[in-house]
Amino acid sequence: MPNQIAVGAAEPGCQKVDPILVADKVKRQFGGLVAVDVDHVEIPRGMITALIGPNGAGKTTFFNLLTGFDKPNTGSWSFEGKNLAGVSSYKVARLGMIRTFQLTKALSLLTVIENMRLGAQKQPGESMLTALIRPLWTKREAAITVEADELLKRFKLDAKREDYAASLSGGQRKLLEMARALMGKPKLVMLDEPMAGVNPALTQSLLDHIIELKKNGTTVLFVEHDMHMVRHISDWVIVMAEGKVVAEGPPAEVMKNPAVIDAYLGAHHDTDLGTMQKKGN
Amino acid sequence: MDFGAILTLAVKELISPITVTYVLCAIGLSVHFGYTGLLNFGQAAFAAIGGYGMAIGILTFGWPIWISAIFALFCSTIFALILGIPTLRLRADYLAIVTIAASEIFRYFMTTIGFAKVTGGSNGLSQFGGEFWKLNPLPADVEYGFGPFTYRNDQIFIMLVGWVLVAICAVLVWLLMRSPWGRVLRGIREDEDAVRSLGKNVFVYKLQALIFGGIFASIGGMIFVLNLSNVQPQSWGTTFTFMIWTVLLLGGAATVLGPVVGTLVFFFILSLTQGILGGLKDIGVLPFLSDPQIGQIRFILIGLALMLLVIFRPQGIFGNKRELQFNA
Amino acid sequence: MDIRLANRARGLAIFFGTLVTLFAMLLPALPSFAASESPSPAPSASYSKDSLLIRGTITNEKVPVAGVKLHITGNGFDGIATSGEDGKWIIEVQKKGVYDVEVMLDSLPKGVGLQDPTKNIRQADLSVVNVAGLLFPLGKDTRVIQPFGEQLVIRIWSGLNLGLLLAVAAIGISLIFGTTGLTNFAHGEMLTIGALLTWVFYTNMNLPILIVAVIVMALGGAFGYVQDAGLWKPLRKKRIGLNQMMIVSIGFSIVARYVLLIIFGGETKVISGEFQSIQLGPINTTVNSVVSMGVSLVTLAAIALFLTRTRIGKATRAVSDNAALAASTGIDVERIIRIVWVVAGALTALAGILYGLQFQANWMTGFQILLLLFAAVTLGGLGTALGATVGALIIGFVVELSVLFIPADLKYAASLIILVLVLLFRPQGVLGKKQRIG
Repeated sequence: MPNQIAVGAAEPGCQKVDPILVADKVKRQFGGLVAVDVDHVEIPRGMITALIGPNGAGKTTFFNLLTGFDKPNTGSWSFEGKNLAGVSSYKVARLGMIRTFQLTKALSLLTVIENMRLGAQKQPGESMLTALIRPLWTKREAAITVEADELLKRFKLDAKREDYAASLSGGQRKLLEMARALMGKPKLVMLDEPMAGVNPALTQSLLDHIIELKKNGTTVLFVEHDMHMVRHISDWVIVMAEGKVVAEGPPAEVMKNPAVIDAYLGAHHDTDLGTMQKKGN
Repeated sequence: MDFGAILTLAVKELISPITVTYVLCAIGLSVHFGYTGLLNFGQAAFAAIGGYGMAIGILTFGWPIWISAIFALFCSTIFALILGIPTLRLRADYLAIVTIAASEIFRYFMTTIGFAKVTGGSNGLSQFGGEFWKLNPLPADVEYGFGPFTYRNDQIFIMLVGWVLVAICAVLVWLLMRSPWGRVLRGIREDEDAVRSLGKNVFVYKLQALIFGGIFASIGGMIFVLNLSNVQPQSWGTTFTFMIWTVLLLGGAATVLGPVVGTLVFFFILSLTQGILGGLKDIGVLPFLSDPQIGQIRFILIGLALMLLVIFRPQGIFGNKRELQFNA
Repeated sequence: MDIRLANRARGLAIFFGTLVTLFAMLLPALPSFAASESPSPAPSASYSKDSLLIRGTITNEKVPVAGVKLHITGNGFDGIATSGEDGKWIIEVQKKGVYDVEVMLDSLPKGVGLQDPTKNIRQADLSVVNVAGLLFPLGKDTRVIQPFGEQLVIRIWSGLNLGLLLAVAAIGISLIFGTTGLTNFAHGEMLTIGALLTWVFYTNMNLPILIVAVIVMALGGAFGYVQDAGLWKPLRKKRIGLNQMMIVSIGFSIVARYVLLIIFGGETKVISGEFQSIQLGPINTTVNSVVSMGVSLVTLAAIALFLTRTRIGKATRAVSDNAALAASTGIDVERIIRIVWVVAGALTALAGILYGLQFQANWMTGFQILLLLFAAVTLGGLGTALGATVGALIIGFVVELSVLFIPADLKYAASLIILVLVLLFRPQGVLGKKQRIG
């Protein structure tokens, strides 16, 4: 497995056979604090990659930087060979790199189906002038609605179709946000802690959805700090600590890596992380 | 006290061209605040630009009235751009301070003696409406209406023009807010980062909303100045803007008919209380109040209404509680 | 950072581009207004009963002024009238309608100007009546007469005076914003109340000024306390959003203003301060101004000491910085907010006293300078007392120094333009920290 993903040994910043996203020297400081300082990292295409690390490791900040929601002090990165440094967040999304948020941003006072429709791209009715002439956009709207209904069914939200998103549970909002991101037909989905705050019953269904994404040819990059979740679904794991990439590799190998254990646990060298987390849960 | 007369006056105020102005400005503000979440406190300036733009087009440039009207809307768009480009990226309450400052800057520029040749300074401009009144097809020597509601042909004409414009604008807003464009705006009101992450250029949408809502206010301003047949800087102070906020919040900010209903209810109540207070004074119940003081009470009512609405019913009388929340 | 700069540069380019276009469009219109000097109609002693006449008398402190020229235009008419030895002028026009009458400022005697320099053009309405009378009261010339250097010194002095006064009022806004997050549109009325109460106790009741100051500040503090306890604290408990609270403060400001109007009436109250003049080099000032500046300076110093040296002051800063954190360290946040409201009320009332004694006051006074206060607070960086002081001084200087370059009636506009520009380039304010921007 590892040699199919990486070129050479699995070490921090290693080259990938077929990278979809490549970042170089990305640095972000808040005052004196260095939040992110990633020298080089590549995300493999068509795989599920987990970005893990303890709280405050800079995972979400790195996400924000890559998707244009924050500006780095220095650095460059490219998506499918297109330079993304300095590109606005909405353009990043249009290029096919769509993210979700750690604190769910379901648009509470829009209905579930409206949330979904908003995720679609290339709706001519979203331009002010064509919006006035219904025939110019109703056809596309119908197509969007069909796609949305299919996704809602897949995510088991179809019963909530006409409800305000505000009435959904935390887990359902996570599902809605993920489904909404898929409306944009992303090549790379970036999920920021998709499992955080979700009740255990829904967690498995979320994991299944992520695996299904990969089957459909979508690349997935997700942030997580629960190592146990990561192990079962990801093909590749990147570990961040104090803003830097400290380890990379297939999940089984990474969890044995002393640098990772250091980052997570400090002194408890002898504990297997998988079981640690299991006990924790 | 003649309740019939007081009621008649209140009803007359409901359909007056002044009411039309407030309705149009409130429809504009519903696009800004109700649907997009922009805290625009410069609606008075947008209305003033409508009035001044048209008057200056006619008087200074000698253009026909319709070109002058288009010129006014063009100026209103430029104003929205000047206001929006630097501030729409900033925090919401900064937009509030900048818009209120900009509307005062505009008023100072209209008042200053330096531009008096064009703006008329503090006296304002007049005598620009001739062409408008010539468009009136209604014969002059007939009385229109019935009973106490009789009007001259001029009055009927401007009210007709005004209410037709209100209908057009309300339909426009209704169409747009049901379209995918309106969906994006409502999304921005909820959480602009989420909308950004879905590939929408939030900044452009906010700018469009600012321009679009501003244009409604400018049209309202034109009706206002044509009705008074003059345009003066003092009409467009911050109080005007605050009145618009009051009527909008009264009717429900995120509804198509809210601005209309809010304005009607508001002016009806104002006129009624005014009449009743005046009547009470006439029969000697309120000897400690002078006539102008009774006029001032209306503003206290406006302020109170604004406070109570925002505290207890932010969605307005007719709004759906879930349709509008203030973002803290 | 480069990207951000580039974006800003582009925004700026568009901003100024549109401004230039606007002006380019207005310019061609201006030359057509250059008045063509047509010979004035020969003055004749008698007019018929049906003549359409515009007339008036030019006086300076009740003394008639001769030789003042007035330019009358409108309805195709363009003529000049000149005041006679009795100060009277009259001109006959042919058509009914509204005419513009402009005092030709060059024709005024040296050292004499209009009392209200913004009113050198007035309208005469002859659409329904046959005779219209217009008055142009004259007074001391406020136009440029001194050399630039001297004017500069004078303006810097007035700027310092205004800036210090604004600072005393702005600190209240800043402290309230810092501790509660409220953008308080009703702050101006606290200043108005201070000024109008000074009129009541000082001018009407003839109490000594020190006692007046104590009473007015105590009442101002009480007003702050009552406002917080009766309105803002319940709203905070109700967890009303900050934007909502801001609109509530607008409503409250309207209510307070019109209540003051009903109580005190609309006219400007003359508060009899100490107007003896003092000459400091080129600066001609009054006892009032010097004392006001002194009081402001002492007050600002006292506030600085209070915030940095006392326990309550330190707690106030802690609450401004992070209320939740402050609460967890045992600070009673509600108590601090209460104290802040009382202090803000007293300080703003003091600013009202100083303002009233120097510039007079009416029911609108506070609201008129509210935007200047906002400008000051935003300029300095929201929520910091030092920032508010620096911002207020900048605004004071901008308002007064701008008069050297632009018409006096645009001086407030100048300070608001500065506010907009600062928000454009440094949204966190001159002294604010970047993190404060949401």
